[in-house]
Amino acid sequence: MDLSFLIAMKFEMMITLIIFVLLFLKIDGRASNQTTIRVAYGMLVLNLVLGFAGNVYVEIFNGMFRSTPLLAFEKNMLNLATLIIALSSYEWLRNHKHLAEFFMLLLSSLLGMFFMMSSCNMLMFYLGLELSTIPLAALCNFDLHKKISSEAAMKMILSSAFSSAILLFGVSLLYGCTGTFDFKMISALLTGSTLQDLAFILIFSGFAFKLSVVPFHLWTADVYEGSPIAVTAFLSVVSKAAMSFVFISVLYTVFGKLGSIWYAMLAVSAVITMIIGNLFALRQSNLKRFFAFSSIAQVGYLLISISSVSILGVASVVYFILIYIFSNLAAFGVISVISSLTGKESIEDYKGLYASNPKLALIMAISLFSLAGIPPTAGFFGKLFLLTAGASVHNWTLIIIASLNLIISLYYYLRIVRVMFIDETNEPLVKLNFSINETVAFLICVLGVLSVGFLRGVYELIFGLSSGL
Amino acid sequence: MVLSFLVFVPLVTAIVILLCRSAGQVRLAALTGSLLQLGLTAFLLLAYTNERQAGNTDQMLFQYRTIWFAPLNIQYHVGVDGISVAMILLTAFIVLAGVLVSWKIENLTKEFFFLLLLLSAGAYGFFISLDLFVLFFFLEIAVIPKYLLIGIWGSGRKEYSATKLALMLMGGSALVFVGILGVYYYNGSQTFDMLELSKSHIPVAIQHFFFPFLFLGFGVFGALFPFHTWVPDGHSSAPTSASMFLAGISMKLGGYGCLRVATYLMPEGAHEYQSIIILLAAIAILYGAFATMMQTDLKYINAYSSVSHCGFVLLGIGMLTQTAIIGAVMQMVSHGLMTALFFAAIGMLYERTHTRAIEKMGGILKLTPFIGTVFFIAGLCSLGLPGFSGFAAEMTVFMGAWQNTEIWYRIATIAACASIVVTAVYILRALGKVMMGPVLDEQHADITDAGWNEKFATVLLIVAIVFIGIAPIFLQHLITPGAEAIMQNVSRAGF
Repeated sequence: MDLSFLIAMKFEMMITLIIFVLLFLKIDGRASNQTTIRVAYGMLVLNLVLGFAGNVYVEIFNGMFRSTPLLAFEKNMLNLATLIIALSSYEWLRNHKHLAEFFMLLLSSLLGMFFMMSSCNMLMFYLGLELSTIPLAALCNFDLHKKISSEAAMKMILSSAFSSAILLFGVSLLYGCTGTFDFKMISALLTGSTLQDLAFILIFSGFAFKLSVVPFHLWTADVYEGSPIAVTAFLSVVSKAAMSFVFISVLYTVFGKLGSIWYAMLAVSAVITMIIGNLFALRQSNLKRFFAFSSIAQVGYLLISISSVSILGVASVVYFILIYIFSNLAAFGVISVISSLTGKESIEDYKGLYASNPKLALIMAISLFSLAGIPPTAGFFGKLFLLTAGASVHNWTLIIIASLNLIISLYYYLRIVRVMFIDETNEPLVKLNFSINETVAFLICVLGVLSVGFLRGVYELIFGLSSGL
Repeated sequence: MVLSFLVFVPLVTAIVILLCRSAGQVRLAALTGSLLQLGLTAFLLLAYTNERQAGNTDQMLFQYRTIWFAPLNIQYHVGVDGISVAMILLTAFIVLAGVLVSWKIENLTKEFFFLLLLLSAGAYGFFISLDLFVLFFFLEIAVIPKYLLIGIWGSGRKEYSATKLALMLMGGSALVFVGILGVYYYNGSQTFDMLELSKSHIPVAIQHFFFPFLFLGFGVFGALFPFHTWVPDGHSSAPTSASMFLAGISMKLGGYGCLRVATYLMPEGAHEYQSIIILLAAIAILYGAFATMMQTDLKYINAYSSVSHCGFVLLGIGMLTQTAIIGAVMQMVSHGLMTALFFAAIGMLYERTHTRAIEKMGGILKLTPFIGTVFFIAGLCSLGLPGFSGFAAEMTVFMGAWQNTEIWYRIATIAACASIVVTAVYILRALGKVMMGPVLDEQHADITDAGWNEKFATVLLIVAIVFIGIAPIFLQHLITPGAEAIMQNVSRAGF
């Protein structure tokens, strides 16, 4: 009996296993919230540890599903991010009456992303995509008593249904042109006809929706604002990361031949995404909306690197996302602690945070500096490598615009630093205490942000893995 | 000699400061750390001169390299020549003086000294790095601490000034980064290593395109007209030691970058834009001097005069003759020391009189003879009195500039010379008004003279200034080989 599928689907089976364990715990009904949360944390840690073992290149199901060392690395990153999110939202989860469902939905979505990333076939890809999206819509509604949360869920489900439809239309056109769903065969049969270009544009738009590339970004801010913070963090980090990985592999393996049209599309989208994301971030007063727009701007930088079509580009994207996981989740961790203990989410409320809660303010500042690309935080390296990779095709206009955008983004990141460190207030926050779980999450994030740039092996490893994309 | 110690010592000091429990411990740690830095740089100077006397003619000494990001060919590569040694010495002096004058900071002491030392680590790293990426890394490290220093401990419109400074410097470094990427991709072997780059030949058309990015980018740091506007606001809002750092070290990062990176690596580019550089430098010199005449706030006076003095640095670089380049480096050192001394004196005065407006002060020399004397020395050095470093440096720049026989450049040189008269006017007016005459404010009658820490800091700077002024030959000898190497590249490019 061929057991290679066991190795190939290691990650997916682990996640499924966790979902079932939680399901049985829930059905059994005797476990308290405290027990469930401990079981969930324990299994996520186990999942993360096992993820590092025995990752080789395997293809199964007639080439519909594959696993490569790079994919394994990316899945490990997502596992880590999920664990951090789960840890840092402890305060919010502790008393939630649907705790087990939260984890089940979250992990189902993660499972969908794993399938999507490993797929070599349009059908498999679409299945994974839907599996990852539908639980997310339910998750957006997880602040059950808040209207704004239901609104976010509604917006999420409508916009993703819309984007899936566009993507499916593109896929069906592609099928009409080539008669196959297989990535490699499609790629071999592409000729660059107008119909194929149209199919590409539709598929690209579908991706653009999920990645919130301007002008397909309109759902982002509202959904981020309404959703519970753990879900916002998941959406903006894990979901974005998975989509970027898939986007790269689809773009490079399927549409390699149409390079000339998509380079222009990527470059133009990158420019408008950066500019719009940055300009809108300037004017936000709610922190979740602020991070929504800042994450839109970050996607713009990613697109620059992706457009270079090189190993350097892929490696820089993966490296950037690794750093982005640490820096963004640290920020969301702080927001989560403050919001679940005091209910405050607006930038104004963070006035004098350094005086009242120096640790939280410092973590937030480090993560903001990393997002802005200020050394010695890892974000500096992440962002500069994206631009370096992007410059390898010598499109200097793009690089100049991106560099100037760094200044705008510095302005709004500094604005929050200023509020926390410089501004004074009459009603400071009380001193907040958070549990060991959040502390562990913060520790992982801060250590990651401060050390990744100086561990020279990390980038080399990613670069080596990317060569075997 | 392990150069990386220059970065590690301030970093370790900064971390120790974070672990301290009381303000007293913090001060002690900061003082020990900065004394250690000064000792280390003195040792570096000694080791460097020994090597040179032993006949070592390598361009860069004490080199060390290790791979950082192999796929991108980024190496942590450090090494020094005489120019870097001079700048490193300057940094050590100013750090020590800066720590001493901020001795009495009460609000968030720990954070203040932490940022100060982080800033100095960035400056040392910048001056020793020979890899463009590493250099850029250290350049950017130095931006955010300045923002926080001004924003938290500053006065007046501090938030505006801090944001303006951070954004303008960030803009400068964004330009620098584009320039660095251009150099990286067009030199033929995709390297960031400056020594390899200086030997490889970057195509002339590429130099013409990318030279402005590098020069203007570093120019923002070095107060190149019209990108100097962060200087007056930043300085006037900054706390004393941050002003000293800003003017004494940060603005030198710009001058050093213009020389070492832009001019050295792209000599054809430098020649192409020579006239524009000289024009902008001359404007900065004259504009700065005239703008100073109109100021009534002591810090603004020194800030605008810094714009004028830093113009000499860029003028010297722009002239592309060996003497002028030596002069430019000397001016960087001299201006760094002198302006730090000036800001220290202003800070001491402001702490006691709570005003910086010259019309509200008078007769200070009688009340506090020590501070008054310091003020006089700083002022006289600023106007270029022989015997102080300012004269030696500016004189060298003028002589070097005159060697360039182009008629327009000579006119620019003459115009720059003329600014010295203006300088004398504003310096003497300010000195006379503040120091001499009757005591205007009775409340000033009971102010105290400088404390031990302030005396130590200012005497340190004065000794350095007078030493350079009396015996500039040592500094010149130190700088000359480095300037020769740069000139070699410039003349190999065919000029």
